[in-house]
Amino acid sequence: MKKTVAHLQKGEKAIIKDIATDNVPLKLLEMGCLPGNEVQLLQLAPFSDPMYINVNGSHLAIRKETALHILIETPS
Amino acid sequence: MAKQLNVALIGNPNTGKTSVFNHLTGLNQQVGNYPGITVEKKEGICKLARGVKAHILDLPGTYSLNASSLDENVVIELLLNKKDKDFPDVAVVISDVENLKRNLLLFTQIKDLGIPTILAINMADRMKRKAISLDIPKMEEHLNTKIALISSRKNQGIDYLKQLISDYKTISTKPCVNASVIAPEYFDRLRKAFPNQDLYKLWLVITQDVNFGKVERNEMKTIASFKTESVSNLKRLQQKETIIRYKFINDVLKETLTIDTANAKDLRTRLDRILTHKVWGYVIFFAILMLIFQVIYNWSQYPMDFIDASFASLSEWVKDTLPSGALTSLIAEGIIAGLGGIVIFIPQIAFLFLFISILEESGYMSRVVFLMDRVMRRFGLSGKSVVPLVSGTACAIPAVMATRNIESWKERLITILVTPFTTCSARLPVYLIIISLVIPDEKFLFFNLQGLTLMLLYLLGFGTAIGSAWLLNKILKIKSKSFFVIEMPNYKLPLFKNVAINVLEKTKSFVVDAGKIILAISIVLWVLASYGPTKEFSNAEAIVTAQMEEGAFAKADLEKQIASYRLEKSYIGHLGKFIEPAVEPLGYDWKIGIALITSFAAREVFVGTLATIYSVGDDEEETIKKRMAQEVHADSGKPRFNFASGLSLLLFYAFAMQCMSTLAIVKRETNSWKWPMLQLGVMSGFAYLVALVAYQVFK
Repeated sequence: MKKTVAHLQKGEKAIIKDIATDNVPLKLLEMGCLPGNEVQLLQLAPFSDPMYINVNGSHLAIRKETALHILIETPS
Repeated sequence: MAKQLNVALIGNPNTGKTSVFNHLTGLNQQVGNYPGITVEKKEGICKLARGVKAHILDLPGTYSLNASSLDENVVIELLLNKKDKDFPDVAVVISDVENLKRNLLLFTQIKDLGIPTILAINMADRMKRKAISLDIPKMEEHLNTKIALISSRKNQGIDYLKQLISDYKTISTKPCVNASVIAPEYFDRLRKAFPNQDLYKLWLVITQDVNFGKVERNEMKTIASFKTESVSNLKRLQQKETIIRYKFINDVLKETLTIDTANAKDLRTRLDRILTHKVWGYVIFFAILMLIFQVIYNWSQYPMDFIDASFASLSEWVKDTLPSGALTSLIAEGIIAGLGGIVIFIPQIAFLFLFISILEESGYMSRVVFLMDRVMRRFGLSGKSVVPLVSGTACAIPAVMATRNIESWKERLITILVTPFTTCSARLPVYLIIISLVIPDEKFLFFNLQGLTLMLLYLLGFGTAIGSAWLLNKILKIKSKSFFVIEMPNYKLPLFKNVAINVLEKTKSFVVDAGKIILAISIVLWVLASYGPTKEFSNAEAIVTAQMEEGAFAKADLEKQIASYRLEKSYIGHLGKFIEPAVEPLGYDWKIGIALITSFAAREVFVGTLATIYSVGDDEEETIKKRMAQEVHADSGKPRFNFASGLSLLLFYAFAMQCMSTLAIVKRETNSWKWPMLQLGVMSGFAYLVALVAYQVFK
């Protein structure tokens, strides 16, 4: 299974690998959500949705359905 | 005459752009609208050295020049239109030192348009705490511009920024990034087709879905015909552009910015742990709401009593001082009474705006959006609907406009449709006066019973909004992708100056806008109440005196009886009697009926209307509240405003759509009369029904 931002644990960090561009708004990319950048999950609202992330220094909240389209790789 | 310099302030949201604007212009600013649209336009004058005056325009916050909302369109339209009278001679990009990377994206885009662009790095006071250091000279060299390191909070660096603005001619207009590398062939064709145009500008015109106004429209049309690339291909190219811009920015920052993360103290993490906690987050949010409503009710009581009494004595003073006649009574009974009905609510409205602007300035509002998104989605709303719903407690008009950042059209439409249910400040006058008449001023546990009732009414408003959203979500068949991105800004102590200016501005426009309507209605009402169509009106004195002589009532009551007889036979009396059958089952008499009708212009007119109707022909100095308390039922002699009729009135005002301005705004934002008409019909019909049931049950 491909790992996405939606699979991160609270506090966990990862590197963005790829983004399913048709399902992710340009605005998110402009805020620094781009391949190669680091993403960290900071907080979760109840039911793990929305997700409060830090990507490339931007603190953002996105919905789980969007997070599912941001592929990541975790340093193993 | 010194030449006036056009300066545009541009920046991401939450960078303190408005604070910088306030520092530059002081109170020398005005807020208006862009022609044809409802985006707020803030402009002001700043005095520079050597007698030069700068015209400063505070553009709406935006993350990039790829617009996704009306507010952002304004920025692009201005920057692409050299003929606009506000076209900037120099742009100042305000950025946040902690988010430089993201902020620089916008900077490079604006610089690439060939406009001299100054970079102002704000919140410099936080650098030490966050262990950030910058190599400014090097950065200036890389970005090919001048940089002002400022702190709008500590008022530092503003003078240097002013100096940079005066010397704008020395700033290079060379672009930072060559955007054409993303699709060299395509850009080549563009260049050949439009040899005289700036390439990046062309690219923006092609990719943006923006209406560029009358100017240059023909030219734009030919450019737009160049949209040969498919939409998804264009989007891919925009992404590519974003990536190369970030690459450039990363290279610059690598050499100029260092953050010692080990030394950075992070207040945000600690506060977020509590404020966005799964349990405590909600507890705190509701506690804050409770507090706000208690404060609005209790604190404003004193200034309100004072204002009420002052207007009563002013009216009395006018009557005593001016020669008696039609004009004097128009002033005393029509205008002063009507205006008193609006001025009295200034304290509450100011408090409300105060709290809302503190919540927004501090960065807390975004946490509420985060907490509420999942819950709200269940009802077809977005977490971002919380902001309109909460600011709807001030006024539905800005609230409806605040829905613009909701990405999904369906969620946005539902938010617009239900926002007028939230208790706006115009309902407050009606609620307060009726609550004070029909609910006892006693304590229940720790709560004041009247304050508690008010709180319940607010909850009722929210509840109805949410409930109808749920219904609309089931009924409306609109497919739209729901994107949701919100920035969680740093926590900041709200700046007194920003909050104060905001409260002043909003309260002023409330009073002036509402005041105009109320003044007009007061005068019309007074005329209608002071003249009558029939002989019975002009002979009132004789007829009533005859009734007294027949023993219908005591001589002491003569004057009062004449006055009330006259009112009944006046134009407004006839009108009121005509509609009385419709409002009687709700527990109202014709006087309240008149107030209900005038309320469809704006709700706050209610109190003013009653004040005018009741004061016509009354010589004594009295407050509005007292007059209402003295009104009795014609048949039973019991007070007109009792628990049942009071409750019925409260409920009617809670649900009815009585605000022409809101309807106009909804029409504008949804671009159709269908939705505002639906609101008017459904909400008012529902209000009538509920009020009817309430009165019949409790009477």
